[in-house]
Amino acid sequence: MNQKSTIIADHREKQVLVNDKQKNQAIACDTHSVSGVVSQRACVYCGARVVLNPITDAAHIVHGPIGCASYTWDIRGSLSSDSELFRTSFSTDLREHDIIFGGEKKLIAAIDEIVIREKPKAVFIYSTCVVGVIGDDVKAIAKKAEIKHGIRVIPVHSSGFSGSKKDGYKAACHAILDLMGPEKVEVKTPHSLNFLGDFNLAAEAWIIRDYLETIGLELKTVITGDATIDSLRAAKSASINVVQCAGSMTYLAKQMKMNYDIPFENIRFFGIKDTIRSLRKIVFSIGTEEHVKRFETLVAQKEAYYQPMVEAYKRKLIGKKVALYVGGGFKAISLIEQFADLGIQTVLVGTQTGSKEEYEQFRKLTGEGTVILDDTNPTELEHFIKETGAHILVGGVKERPLAYKLGVSFIDHNHERKHPLCGFEGALNFAMEVDATVNSPVWDIVKTFKPNNETKSESKTKSKTKQAKKEKPFDVIDLTIEGGIL
Amino acid sequence: MIKVIKPDTDNATKKAVKALMTEIHRDDSKDRNKDRNKDRNKDRNYVNMQVNPCKMCMPMGGALALKGVKNAMTIIHGSQGCSTYIRRHMAAHYNEPIDIASSSLSEEGTVYGGSKNLKIGIRNLVNMYQPEVVGVLTTCLAETIGDDIERIVREVRDTGEFEGIDIIPIPTPGYGGSQTEGYFDTIKALMAYFVKKPIQVQKETEETKTPFINIVLSDATCEDVREIKRMVELFGVKALFIPDISDALDAPFTNHYNKLSEEGISREELAKVIYAKATIELGDLVAPNHSPALFLEEEYGVKAYRLPLPIGINNTDCLVKALAEVLDKDIPKALEVERGRLMDGMIDAHKHSATGDIAVFGDMNLVMGIAGLVLENGMQLKLAATGSMSKRFKEQLESKLDQYQQKAEILQDTDYETIREVIQLKGVNLMMGPSDGKFIWEKDHVDFIRVGFPVHDHVGAQRKNIMGYKGSLIFLDEITNHLLDQKHKGYRERMYQTYYPKKESHKPIQTDEAAR
Repeated sequence: MNQKSTIIADHREKQVLVNDKQKNQAIACDTHSVSGVVSQRACVYCGARVVLNPITDAAHIVHGPIGCASYTWDIRGSLSSDSELFRTSFSTDLREHDIIFGGEKKLIAAIDEIVIREKPKAVFIYSTCVVGVIGDDVKAIAKKAEIKHGIRVIPVHSSGFSGSKKDGYKAACHAILDLMGPEKVEVKTPHSLNFLGDFNLAAEAWIIRDYLETIGLELKTVITGDATIDSLRAAKSASINVVQCAGSMTYLAKQMKMNYDIPFENIRFFGIKDTIRSLRKIVFSIGTEEHVKRFETLVAQKEAYYQPMVEAYKRKLIGKKVALYVGGGFKAISLIEQFADLGIQTVLVGTQTGSKEEYEQFRKLTGEGTVILDDTNPTELEHFIKETGAHILVGGVKERPLAYKLGVSFIDHNHERKHPLCGFEGALNFAMEVDATVNSPVWDIVKTFKPNNETKSESKTKSKTKQAKKEKPFDVIDLTIEGGIL
Repeated sequence: MIKVIKPDTDNATKKAVKALMTEIHRDDSKDRNKDRNKDRNKDRNYVNMQVNPCKMCMPMGGALALKGVKNAMTIIHGSQGCSTYIRRHMAAHYNEPIDIASSSLSEEGTVYGGSKNLKIGIRNLVNMYQPEVVGVLTTCLAETIGDDIERIVREVRDTGEFEGIDIIPIPTPGYGGSQTEGYFDTIKALMAYFVKKPIQVQKETEETKTPFINIVLSDATCEDVREIKRMVELFGVKALFIPDISDALDAPFTNHYNKLSEEGISREELAKVIYAKATIELGDLVAPNHSPALFLEEEYGVKAYRLPLPIGINNTDCLVKALAEVLDKDIPKALEVERGRLMDGMIDAHKHSATGDIAVFGDMNLVMGIAGLVLENGMQLKLAATGSMSKRFKEQLESKLDQYQQKAEILQDTDYETIREVIQLKGVNLMMGPSDGKFIWEKDHVDFIRVGFPVHDHVGAQRKNIMGYKGSLIFLDEITNHLLDQKHKGYRERMYQTYYPKKESHKPIQTDEAAR
């Protein structure tokens, strides 16, 4: 193995660029993952599952072999104020026999069983890869089951291979639209809204609900954090939709605008600035003067309480560098700004499913030389984290150990977080988490790790790596100049 | 067997379900469904579903086995999610970067065959990782569309592009079994591939001079592997672990991270397994056709020992005796001392152990091993449950229970919905198994020791030692301390509430909890 290993694989060159504001750069995104490069993405089914699963009083049946249900059982920290049914993982557990003879009978019986035992408000049936191949007619089964049981039984077309995670979001949006039905509500409830793209991780949707209700606005439903079937049905009478997770929910917002005449606004509740900005946007769009007054009081109180505490952390954090690799573009944009508020510069930013517009935003919001990656992988992350000298990585469970192995601190901005990161409270939590990781004394001990403690063979490898680095230190820039510009 | 009745389900509902099921299966011409349903009814509440699964799929086991091979990379032939989910599960458990590639099958690949995707994938991962070994695992999807990975891999090899790299196709359809079968099948496939490779023959004569033993160990933590290795080496022989995850999945921090682990069993070592004194397979519940030890015995005459996981004194004795027998050696002094220490600890703990009403769930081999430790220490085994299917699991456990004159619920091919119900019903005060049991812990507040895979809500699962004499004692101490805490927590309050003569004027005395 004398060959030098590749950092950026074939066909990935256009998904990597280094921000150069003088140039007209564009990144390639929204493409199928390149085979074999260890993409961090999941599948269509995953996309549908993460969006729909927080609907609390529905039964979510995964129609497929056991793995799909096993690996997604309660993977989000979504909270419910009502039913906990959504946390139960139902799987038709298709086995060899079912693959050969079809899984339809099993699915029909499974729906019957679930309806009798759990009395759910509705049933979602997620199709997995094999179901798409063996050709079970899930749609027909769902229709029959609806008539039989008198509840909504909604098929989710989420065969894993039929696109990317983003297509799964779309499949979920279709399921929600299916639930809402075609009829339009002519008279909308004044001063009311739906909050799209929050999943009530660690009570985040509740925090926002509290703000809105304090101001005097009516939040019909969150889609889908702590949503119920009834609340989703009532969503059609809202005056406005506000969209946070744009990647998953823009499609739904557009459809709702078209079908039910509900306009939508993009908002973000991550960071104090964004929170104030977003609340203002909402209040000015559906509120009265009275609402505006209450909004100003709320913000003044909260800001006076939280801002100084966040500022105190800023003094300990200023000058650090961060690398971001998250699922969607909205979160990355939020984070770039939130870190900037803490005096931390973003030196690398990437997403699994960001859109062209979002990548353009990254370019605007970040400085010269920031590395921008679409659908990246551990090899590229390792390389660019080292190259940019980032002190912090933000990512999911899979990225965490990589950061730690590289001696880099880490922020869990993912499904599994157990403390809220949104609103004023979340902004403080966020600053505390950044401080806890980047200023931990652990890194001082790690830094004292001396090469002469290593065994002989280890030091050999090390010197080799060093040499390799010397040979081609600007691997990144070469590639982007050649391939990154469209 | 005690019949499971869900306390909150009335009989009318039960009857309704039954009536409905009869109606649904009325048009089934064969007895097949009837039989399967009858079988399942015993082990699971739901007839047609797994509710909160207690098992994973075959590629998970395959990926784990390949992580214990030196300079090996894995590609999972299927849709992107399979590899990502497995990576996430393993990364959360081991707290190590888990790089596993996917052939990212798309709609096109699914319709016209995934050969092109897989070939591109292999090329990309070889370029990026420079592995010596590439394991190609299949999935539900790849198997259902009928991709012939043997042929695809042959075509890849024939290009000559990957000379010096061993690319090994391993069928692991997700629906074909649980992670356990996937794990053993992958080990078998690795052995079968490498023993046929001619290149290592000249090494063989030298290697045979230093005797060694093959060890196939399932459900072990990295620390367990290190511990068993140490025990075998006390006999003065080398232990060849297939696979060896000890350092690969519990790597020390260094200042030069290597994304391809140089730890694990090498391909040269894999090629020489046929020259071992014997193969000791720890975890003996998979069907014989999945057993790597039996494969080596049948094909190459390497003596096979299939033993339970060395958890608890009796199970560890099995391993030590087998080693002594294979090597024709006395049991090393050091091991006798450790055994003595374990006995001493068992005596210290025995009256406390007796208060344990235990449920164990998870992978079948692990459940069996822990059940041994539970029973021999005088705890009451209330439930032993696994999501896998295994005849031997039930048989072996039943005979073990007879030996201790105990009765316990034994469930195979079950799910956590059923496990939870049995735990409620049987008054379990301590349960042991992977983190998935956290639902029962959260909702019913049953004391819980996390053990097995996956443990994603605690740290250190990879360093936990429950095997060997030493590990068994650490584990027993942990169990005993849980039971002691239960006894001591609220002791004063409990005694007061139970025994203090009740009069209206009496006020509760200061309890240690209230004082805090």
